[in-house]
Formats: sequence, structure tokens, C-alpha cells
Amino acid sequence: MSDLQSPTTDTATAPGKATSSPPTEATAGGDQPTATRRRSLLPSSTLLRHLLLLALGAVATVVILEITDPFTNSQLATLSYYAIAAGGLTVLTGMNGQISLGHGALMAVGAYTTALFLSAEEPPPLPLILLAAIVVATAVGALVGVAAARLHGPYLAGATLALAVGLPGLAIYFHDWLGGEQGMRVRAPRAPEAFDSFISTVSGNSATNTKWLAYVGAICLLITYFLLANLVRSRVGRTWRAVRDQEVAAELAGINLGAWRVLAFTVSAAAAGLAGGVLALVVRLAAPSGFTLVLSLSLLTAIVIGGLGSLLGALLGSALLVFLPPFVTDLGAGWGLDNTEAAQLAPFVYGVVLIVAMIFAPAGFIGTLRMRWLTSRAKRSAARSSGG
Amino acid sequence: MTVIAAATAASTLAACGGGGDDSGGGSGGGDSSANEASDIGITETSIKLGAHFPLTGVAAPGYSEIPTGAQAYFDCLNQAGGVNGREIEYIYRDDAYNPSNTSQVVNQLVLEDEVFAIVGGLGTPTHSAVLDFLNSEGVPDLFVSSGSLLWGDDPETNPYTFGWQTDYMSEGKIIGDYIAENFPDAKVGLFLQDDDFGEDGEAGIREYIDDQIVAAERYTPGNTNVGPQIAALQAAGADFVVGFNVPSYTALSQLTALQLGYDPQWFYSNVGSDPTLVGNLLNNFSQGQVSDASLLDGALTTDYLPTVDEPDNPWVQEFQRIWDECGGEGELTNYRIYGMSQAYTTVQALQAAGQNPTRDGLVEAIETAGSEWEGPVLAPFRYSADSHMGTAGMSISRITGTTTEQVEPVQLTDIGDAEIESYDGEPAEVPENGIPNEESVVD
Repeated sequence: MSDLQSPTTDTATAPGKATSSPPTEATAGGDQPTATRRRSLLPSSTLLRHLLLLALGAVATVVILEITDPFTNSQLATLSYYAIAAGGLTVLTGMNGQISLGHGALMAVGAYTTALFLSAEEPPPLPLILLAAIVVATAVGALVGVAAARLHGPYLAGATLALAVGLPGLAIYFHDWLGGEQGMRVRAPRAPEAFDSFISTVSGNSATNTKWLAYVGAICLLITYFLLANLVRSRVGRTWRAVRDQEVAAELAGINLGAWRVLAFTVSAAAAGLAGGVLALVVRLAAPSGFTLVLSLSLLTAIVIGGLGSLLGALLGSALLVFLPPFVTDLGAGWGLDNTEAAQLAPFVYGVVLIVAMIFAPAGFIGTLRMRWLTSRAKRSAARSSGG
Repeated sequence: MTVIAAATAASTLAACGGGGDDSGGGSGGGDSSANEASDIGITETSIKLGAHFPLTGVAAPGYSEIPTGAQAYFDCLNQAGGVNGREIEYIYRDDAYNPSNTSQVVNQLVLEDEVFAIVGGLGTPTHSAVLDFLNSEGVPDLFVSSGSLLWGDDPETNPYTFGWQTDYMSEGKIIGDYIAENFPDAKVGLFLQDDDFGEDGEAGIREYIDDQIVAAERYTPGNTNVGPQIAALQAAGADFVVGFNVPSYTALSQLTALQLGYDPQWFYSNVGSDPTLVGNLLNNFSQGQVSDASLLDGALTTDYLPTVDEPDNPWVQEFQRIWDECGGEGELTNYRIYGMSQAYTTVQALQAAGQNPTRDGLVEAIETAGSEWEGPVLAPFRYSADSHMGTAGMSISRITGTTTEQVEPVQLTDIGDAEIESYDGEPAEVPENGIPNEESVVD
């Protein structure tokens, strides 16, 4: 985790390098058990494939951030912290089968750590601060993980629920130190000069603070997803899935269930900590009212609606959280509702979308698409083998 | 700015844009030159203002009515010709009292809607999240709906932010002074929200009756069991309880005291005392067993605005007319009066900023002339280049049934160790159509 910043600097130069690796024909890996043989434009090595995606993601990020207006930039900054936390949660819930209602609290840990470091006379550089946020949240996550590893289903939900409700209360209890109900104001560090010149060479837009924060969020998001994607395709990810799917078989195979569950919780907490740090920068405040149970629940709905266990699904679900309410509110205002009614329309439509998604796409957007795709491919190969 | 300088010399209404022939006196400066799109959010025919309020969620009851009052006021104002011929376009967005949302909706207001100024943003933690953003972007941040000291006592750091309502510390001082004079033998217990609201209030009150206070109990917002706090006040022998709490905790403290058979003299700060809302909450919390605010009968509270239970007050009558003509569904409430009064001050500020206002000009206008404005607010504002604090005074009244009677006329004070003195000014008269008529002070 120490090279938090370096993959980004890579991404700026990476496109040429990564795309130069020739597209090869990939045979199906362990993840695609039904595939017999298929063509793919992506390299066969997991690391290379993810590096390529990372580079593409970086290019897409720059393009999107430069062609959209400042408000969309700020929405994308919001999206980045939701997506980082949801990515961590989807690894925990989708890959390892543990539920957590406490990720809002872990985000609070990251946010308060960031706020405390930035309130220092001479704050350390931003990457170090975010790293500290990750470390502290990881430590708390490991502690919770130890307890969580012994619990299942509703019991685990209950325990993490207590975390979500209780932890923000600490900020009120230690109000001299953590600012109480009013919270700690966060002054995000200014953008370095290199950023100004980067923006002016790329697009000629003005390098505002909003844009800078959107880039910080996007960089953190790309790195997090790159690392998480590698992790879940590795031995670690396979072990997590084994623990999730068949506890007894996994234990017979020599897997220490508890230890792997703690690890999953810890990794997930690290992502939540980084998300909290980005949140503090983007919102410019760490306050208990920002980390209510609603936050934890929205993260959970984001990953469920997007498709459990899929990073792309977590990203899509987070995008729904961020873009749907303002969209619906503006739509309502366009229909001639007054501002109050338009605002009340947003939670209603969100609920309807949730219900409709559960009825028509019970595995989430990505999960349902993937199932459709796998089914149709299985049918095709069945048809081919019976024909030949 | 040069255009404005040239314009202020003349004083006819001839060319005041679309509403130049209005009868409402809405065209404050009375300049003769044409309207221009002088700054972001200002066109020749409109001024765009933004606000954030909790329209959904736990804080919505009551508070969500404030922007409807302001909207009604602006609608009537627009019908009468607007400000210098410009209509006010008022956009308020929902933050559900969550600072993360506040930051998003204010970004939207400033970056997408491109408002000229933010007006009346509600809440201490919520508005804290956007304080730095608004000041670094140079967006006027007028009349924050919260009595925290944060908005007004440091204009050097936050030059664009202005408070509006009486701050909690001044309120505490006025309450303390009243108790010291009228209840010198009372044993006072404090029931405080555990944040700056309770803290500032306690600091103010202790300046006057530190030796009379026998207990200070704090509750954490969100924790709905206040049994321990009320029982501790009872055990300490307090026969006079001052509450710095929000309306839901007024209802909870009343119900808890009823269960414990505890009946002190209650004094609720302005924030927590709206009888209608507390009555509804009591009905709700007790599942119909307590049907109205009768429990509050005899309780004391403070005011800095006229209230709906004074139907003879000319301001209330005018606001009632505006609500009937331009408002939406529902009755005129104290929260709607609050929103209308805030809108009234906003119009004063816009008029004082001249025919073609700029963001910096607006700030300058409030600093220069704001302390002389009269309106529905009972006591004058403290605005100057050194202080962006809002109104300075409050009266004290007793709740009797559904009305209140004043027991102490308006008292004036300031934060810190400023003296308390009686305000001798007359209540302001209501201008025609309830629209102020301020001179431009910016040139």
C-alpha cells in the first residue's frame, strides 16, 4: 500500500506502454468455468489486463472530467468516495459473504483521521494523510473483523449496526478534540502547480479546487479498484470465495475460516478508510451527522443494486446514489412541482427504482447481465456440441 | 461599477426595466440608467438566489416551512415589480440536514444554477460544510438560519457570510438577566443540547446567574431517552429549568417530566418553543394521549420576531395577506414568518446594493447600511465592517394556551461582556405591500 501515489504517475504515461502489449487470445481462466474457448482482446495475464484497464480508466477519467461542467466534476468527486467504499464492501459481502452495516462508521474513522491531520499547523503531504486514514481505519476494521469472524448473518449485521450507530457518538463525547456535533472543518490542501500546468496542457480549462478534488477522488478510486481487482483474481480472492460458498469444504481443504474472514474485513475497512478521507476533502467537513446509518445502508443498496461482488456494479450503484436524486428533483421541478415537493420526490423514486431492480434484476444490474450472458453462451455451446 | 457611479446621481424611475412603473416602491435606488447583467446570477430582469433546507428527513417538520414562506414573499414581491424591475428567482434544495448533502446541493446552486447569493442556509453542522467554499468562491452567504457565533464574529476569515437571528450566547445573557431580576431565589437547572447551541447558551446564562445554577444536564441529539437528564434536574432540586434544545426535545422533556411528576417553571429558548410544532410532536410522541401544547402552558420563551399568535401585529397581518395571496397550502406558521422576514431583509440588502448589484457590492451594502434597517425583526442588526452578527435583541414572553403574552420588552446586548440594555426604538411600520424601500448605498 505504500505506493499509493506511484501507480497514478504510471497511468499518465502508461497508455502507450500498456496498449503496446499485443492482444492475445485468452483461454478461460478459473473464473469462467463454463467457457471452453473464447476470443478476447485483453491480455491473458491478470496483472497486465488490469494495468490496461487502469490505463484506459485513467484516460477516460481525464476525458470525462475535462468535458463536463464544474458541477458534474463535483458530483464525480462525490461518486468517487461512494464508489471506493462500495468497492470495499462488495469485496466483503460479495466475495466473502459477510454483511456489514458499519461501513459508514469506518468511513467516519478515515474522515476524522484526515481532518485531524489537516488541522495540524503544518500538515503532512496529502498522500501521507490519506495513507494514515487507511491505516487507522484498517486497524479499527481488523478489531471489528476479529469479532465479526465469529458471527454470521443477522448477528453480524447487528454487531456492525451497533458500530454504525455508536462510533459517530464518540465525536460528540470527545467534543473538545473532535468538534462535537458541529464537526471538524477540513481545509483541503491546494492543488500543486504541476496540476495547473497538466490541466492547461490537456484541455485549457481553469484548474479550480473543485476539479482538483475530483481528480484526487478519481485517482484514489482507480488505484483502489486496481488493487481490489487484482486481489479478488488472486489466490486470496479464490480462498474468500471458497469460504463464502462452502465453509466445510474450505475448512477440509485447510483454510482457516476465521483468519480469512478477518482479512476480508480488514481489506474492506481499508477501502472505507480511504473513502472517508476523500469524503472529508470533498465535503470539507467531518461531522457525526454525515455518518448516519443512512450512509451505511446506501452503500449496501449501491452494491446490491449494482450486483454483489462486482466492482463495476459497485461503481454503477454508487452512480445511481449520486446522480438519481438531483436528476429526479430537477425533473419534478420541470413538471411544475414546487421545490419542496420535487425534493420529496427523490426518495420516493429511489425506493421505486430499488423495488423494480429487485423484481427484474434480482442479481443486480451487472449480476443479471452476466447471468444472461453466461446462459446464452452455454446454450450456444450446447447447440454447437449437439450439432457437431 | 462606473455605470453605477454615474447612475446614482439621477433619481427617476423612468428606465427601470420591466417593472419601472410599479406601485410597490420596489425600486429602491431609483436610478435612471438601464439594468445590466452586473454579476453572476443577475440579468436585466432577474436575480437568482439559492438556499439549502432540510425538506426531507428528521429535521424537516417545521424547518421545511421556512423556504415556503420566503417563496411566498418573493412571489408577491415579483407581482409588485420585484427589486429595481428584476424578479427574484428563488431556488431551494434539500440537504436532509446532512452536511455531505449540503456540500453537494450548494455546489449545484453555485456551479450549475449559478446563483447570485445563498440566502438563509439552515443549520450549524450543515452550513459549516459550505462556509469555506462560499467564501473562497466569493459568493455572498447571507442570513444563515442558525444562531451560532460562527457566521458573524470573524468577518476577516469569512467576509461573505452574515448571521441573521439572535445568536445563542446573547439569548443566554438576556435569559440570565431576566431570571436574576425576576426569580432571584429560583434554583436553576439547565437542559442543554450537547453542541455549540447548548454551550453558547450556557456561557451566556452563566454570566448572570452562575450562583443560582444547581445542575446542567446535556442530551445528545438522536438519543430519545432524556429520562436520566430530567431525573437529575429533579434530584438537584431545580425549580426553574432553562432548555436550550430543539422542538422535539421540548416535547420529550415535557413528557418525561410528566411521567416523573416533576413540575418546575420551564423556560425554552426560541429555537425549541414553537407551540404549534411542539403540540404536534407531543401528540405524536404520546400516541395521542397529549393532544396539544397545553403542557407548555405557563412556560417562558424568547422572541426576536412577531409570532402568529399576535393577530393584531401589523407585520403578522401583512404576512398573513402575503401568505393568503401568494402562499401555497397550509396555514401561516411561525416558520413561514421567519422565512418571510428573512426574505424582507434580503430585499433590503439587494436594494441597498444599488441598481446593478455585484457580489462585493452586496457585502459592502450590508456592512454600510445593515445596522439601520428596520423591519419585522424586533431589534436592530449589528452589521458593520467588524461584525457580521445578526439581530442583537430579544423580548421574553409567557405561553398561555395558544397565545403568548409579553413579560419583558425587547432587550439589547452583544456577545462577550457587553451590557444588556432595554431597546427604546419603536416597532417599525409596515411599508406599502410589505416591500421595503432602501436607498442605494453603493457607488
